[in-house]
Formats: sequence, structure tokens, C-alpha cells
Amino acid sequence: MILNFPFITMVLVTIIGLCIILFRKNLLKVIMGISLIESAMNLFIVALDFKEGGIAPIFTLAPLEPGVEPAAAASAMVLPVPQALCLTSIVIAVATGALMLSFAMLIYRKYGTLDISKISRLNG
Amino acid sequence: MTFAQFIYYNSPALIIAIPLLAAFLTLVFGRISSMLRNIWVVLSLVATAIVGLIIAYRVSIEGIIIYTFGVGSPGMAIPVDSGGIPVRILFEIDAMSSFMIITLSIATLAAIIYSIASDAKSTGRDNFYALFLLLTLGGYGIICTGDIFNFFVFFEISSLASAGLIAYRIEKGFAVEAALKYAVISTIAGIMVLIGVAVLYGEYDALNIAMLAQSIHWTFLDKFALVLLLSALLMKCGAVPMHFWTPDSYSLAPGSITAILVVASQVSLYGAFRVIFTLYGVVINAFTFGWIIIILGVLSMVVGVTMAIPQKDVKRLMAYHAISQTGYMLLGVGVGFALLGDKALLDSIGYMAMEGGIFHIINHAMYKGLLFLTAGAIFYRIGTRNLNKMGGLGHNMKYTMIFFVIGALAIAGIPPFNGFASKLMIYESVFLFNPFLAVIAMVVSILTLASFVKVFHSIFMGPKLPEYAHVKEAPPMMLIGMGLLAAGVILFGLFPQQVVDLIVSPAAHALVNQQAYISAVMGGA
Repeated sequence: MILNFPFITMVLVTIIGLCIILFRKNLLKVIMGISLIESAMNLFIVALDFKEGGIAPIFTLAPLEPGVEPAAAASAMVLPVPQALCLTSIVIAVATGALMLSFAMLIYRKYGTLDISKISRLNG
Repeated sequence: MTFAQFIYYNSPALIIAIPLLAAFLTLVFGRISSMLRNIWVVLSLVATAIVGLIIAYRVSIEGIIIYTFGVGSPGMAIPVDSGGIPVRILFEIDAMSSFMIITLSIATLAAIIYSIASDAKSTGRDNFYALFLLLTLGGYGIICTGDIFNFFVFFEISSLASAGLIAYRIEKGFAVEAALKYAVISTIAGIMVLIGVAVLYGEYDALNIAMLAQSIHWTFLDKFALVLLLSALLMKCGAVPMHFWTPDSYSLAPGSITAILVVASQVSLYGAFRVIFTLYGVVINAFTFGWIIIILGVLSMVVGVTMAIPQKDVKRLMAYHAISQTGYMLLGVGVGFALLGDKALLDSIGYMAMEGGIFHIINHAMYKGLLFLTAGAIFYRIGTRNLNKMGGLGHNMKYTMIFFVIGALAIAGIPPFNGFASKLMIYESVFLFNPFLAVIAMVVSILTLASFVKVFHSIFMGPKLPEYAHVKEAPPMMLIGMGLLAAGVILFGLFPQQVVDLIVSPAAHALVNQQAYISAVMGGA
């Protein structure tokens, strides 16, 4: 991998997301920040199993030509587990995103604003 | 294979399958009639609790149960052709898990019976009960799973369901605000858990907790993953300094849900214990980490109780007490963890401290659940949670008052209620470890008692107020729910030794015995 580029990107995107969560006043932007971090996380998981010139881990795609050892054919495939993890985490991210957006919608209806400093009425 | 045998051998799968199926069928039955749906929800939770008891029984006679999904013989964790790697998702249930299953079962049963009456006038109850069942499912999943990614999935299921339930009564937007805070916190906690899981996977190519525990060896990345996992789980269990979401969500959720949220927080605490004891165990510098947990526990106790005293909202006050009580569990188990490397001290003090901390989990689930249910009953009848507007309710709500007194005395650690039993174990063992910590724990108990005396006085004592002249006792179903927990509080307070011997002590030993957890999956001794 070129200079661990995906990992550096992941860290950068996470930091941008965190900055948005901490410093932006608009609730929708905070939710966007969270989903940025989630994307960074998915990138991280996929980058874990990156392999130069790897093929999809499907049984029929294995290059079982004469002369290729089965073990070598298996090692040409990328690992399937991180992709499964990534899919699951995308689904969960969609669910949490939808939930938070619907909360934001309800809050806008009830409070008439999405400014965080104005909607935090619960304290003490 | 007969039906009974089928249930017996597949109990770890059924404890997830029953609430999951029931949650979606609830929506179907709700279309037909609300009576049918109520019966369905109660029956499915009773069935889940029975399966939970079967699991607890199996654990007590068979030891650790392994249930591998997708194979003919679920006991076989490692397929013959996989080269010694547990490739499948599996459930691994030891005595600690079965202890948590019992805790969750008691709380869900009481809360569901209560909520049939308390939420009878609300709209959207089909979705309410569906989410209720999903929350239960998430809790059972976290408790049972032996796979760390699966743990994350159940963690998110329970977070999503709880957030939906907290917002259930919109309350002019306040409940939605609380739910949004909870959702943001739990999403961030979920991200942290997942990054921790991904780091561990990238390092060891495994997601199975037992296999990870076998190969973990305290590199920089392991420390990084530990910090992420532990801080996320402690955030979700409401320990100081990440406690700020607790009072909001506990106070604005419906009473029955708050009782479950308390246990859902304990389940996160269970996750934290699982991570430090089972996943990492002896590779951590146990003494330092034990002290970190002890300090977090002491901070939670002190901050929780001092924040509780000035509160005007009765459920908010109880929520701060919940933070403070979480501190006792962290203190007890933290002392046990600090002594993990020292066999002699562990035997003499450590196990007792851990048993106290773990026993406090189930006691707290019962008396705090009871207190939240009584607060919910008061809110149900008079429509306010403000202590300054209450008074003289003891004339009309006698049973609620009795249940409140039972809960309040239990949380303050007064015999013969269950809080006394677990707190005494914590005091005795922590005093031998470090007398100063035990003194703090006792002072916090006294402050708790003071705070609840005040609450009791302002809610129930005094002359009848004219605006509450026609207030009636809470409906019978709500009283049954509260009575169930109150009976547990008294029973566990009268026979603490039997309870400790039966479920608590095996749980503490199961947590410490990391090798048994590993070898149940990986084989070998």
C-alpha cells in the first residue's frame, strides 16, 4: 500500500468529523460529522484486508489453473471477514443516522430551531 | 428429539430468537387487537425468562456453554477442517452471563407487567412494545455472545431501541432532546467499540473473544483498543465523567423503560468487565488498571450523590443516585481486579469485593427499578415530576408509598433489604484493601439515605393537598409490577448468603477464571 495512505485518510477524516461535532452549532452538521466518522471507520475496516492485486473471495473465482498451488490460489484472495464487518457497520450507520435525523426533525418541529446552544434545555 | 430436549439444547439460540420474532409479530398482533398484543408480549417475555432460567440451570451443572451457530452440533466451537480456528459466530455463556440473564429477566418481567397499565393511554403502543422486545434482545445478546463483533451488533441494537423508547413520550420535545443526546453518545460509543474491534482483528485475525484472549499480548495497539473499548462501555454504563446523558434519558423515558435502561446500563458494565477480565485479563498491569476503575467508581459515587441532593425532579434525582450506585459496582469489582495478580489477597479480600460488586448489580436492578416504577406511578397519577409541587400523596397512594419506602431503604443500605447485603460485603472487603475507600462508600450511603428521606417527605408526607384530593392508587397491574421487584428486594435481603452462593459467587469466579473461558472454545487446559 502506498505509504499507508488509507489509514492516514481515515485519521484525517475522523479528525474533521470530530471537529465538526465539537465546534459546529447546527444539529444537522453534528449528525453529518458523526456519519463522516462512520465512513472513516468503514474505510479503516476495508483497508485492513487490502491486498495488492487481490481477487474477490468467491470460490469459483479462485485461479485454479494447472501449476497454481491451492494454497497460493487461496492467498490471492482478500479476506472476506472485514468486508462483512463493513457491510454490517454501514447498515448500522444508516439506522443510527436515520434515527438521529428523525430526532432532529422532531426537535425542529417542537423548538423551532436546530441551534445546539438554544435547544439544550435539559440541564442541572 | 422431543420438544423439551429441543428447547433445552437450543436455549442459547432461543433466548435471542424468541424476543426477535416476538418483536416483529407484535406489530402484526397489534393490528388485530391491543388485548391480544399485550398477552403476546407478556407471554413472549415470560417464555424468554424461562429459557433464561434453563440456561442458568445448564450453566450451573455443565459449566460454560458453547453454542455455535450454523453447525449440526452446537457444542463444537472449532470445525474439524478449519485448522484450529473458531470461524463461526458462537455464544459463550458462563456463570457471569447467566447471572446477568437472571437480572435482565427479573427487570423485564416487572417492567412489562407495569407498562401494560402505565402506557395504556398512549398511542403507538405496537411500536413501543416492539422496541421494548428489541431492547431486551440487545441486552441478552450482549450478555451471551462470545464474538466481539457480534457484541458490537447487539450493542447497537440495544442503543437504537433505547433511544427510540426514550423519545417515546415527546413531552414538548424534551424527551426527544434527551433521546438525541443518548443517540449521539451511543453512536460515538459504538464507533469507538468498532474501531477497537477492527484494531484487534487487524492484529490477530480473529473476532472470537476466547481466541483473542488467548493471543493478546499487550502491544501498543492492544492498549489503544483497550482504551477505546473500555471508555465506550463505561460511557454507556453512566460512570463519571461520562455520566451527563444519564439524568436526561432516565428522567424523560417512561417509568417502565427507565427500569430497563438501568439494567441496560448494567449490561454495558458487564461488557466492560468482560473486556478487562476475560479479553485482557492478566496481561494488563492489573493493579494500575484496578485503581483506575476504583477511582472512576469513587468519583461516580461522590459526584452522583452530590448532584442528586439539589435536584427538584424526582426521576432526575433518582438517575443521579443510579450513577452513584454504579460507582459501588465499579469499586467492588475494581478492588477485585486490582488484586488479580496476587493470589493470596484475591482469595482473602478480592473475591468478596467482587461478589459484593456483582451482587450489587442485581440488587441495584431491583431496587432502582422499583424506585423508578414508583416515580412513574406518581407521574401517572399527578402528571408532574417536580418535588416542590408534590405533597400528601401518602394518604391516597398507600401501596406506592410502601414500595417507595422499600426501595429507598434498600438503596440506602438499611437491613433487612438487599442493598444492605451487597454494600456490607463491599464495605468489609474494601476496608481491608484501603480503609479510606470504605469510609467514602459509607458516607455516600448516608448521603443517599438523607436524600431519600427528603424525597419521601416531600412526596408522601404532609396534609392532603387540595389539587390532589381525587388522586387514586396506581392501577393493579402497575402495583403487581412494583410488587414483583419489592418481593425480590426483600427476599434477596433476607437470604443474601443463599443468593451469593447460588449465583453471585460462581459469577465472580467465572470472571476471574480467564483460562476456563478460553479453553471452553479453544480446547486444551
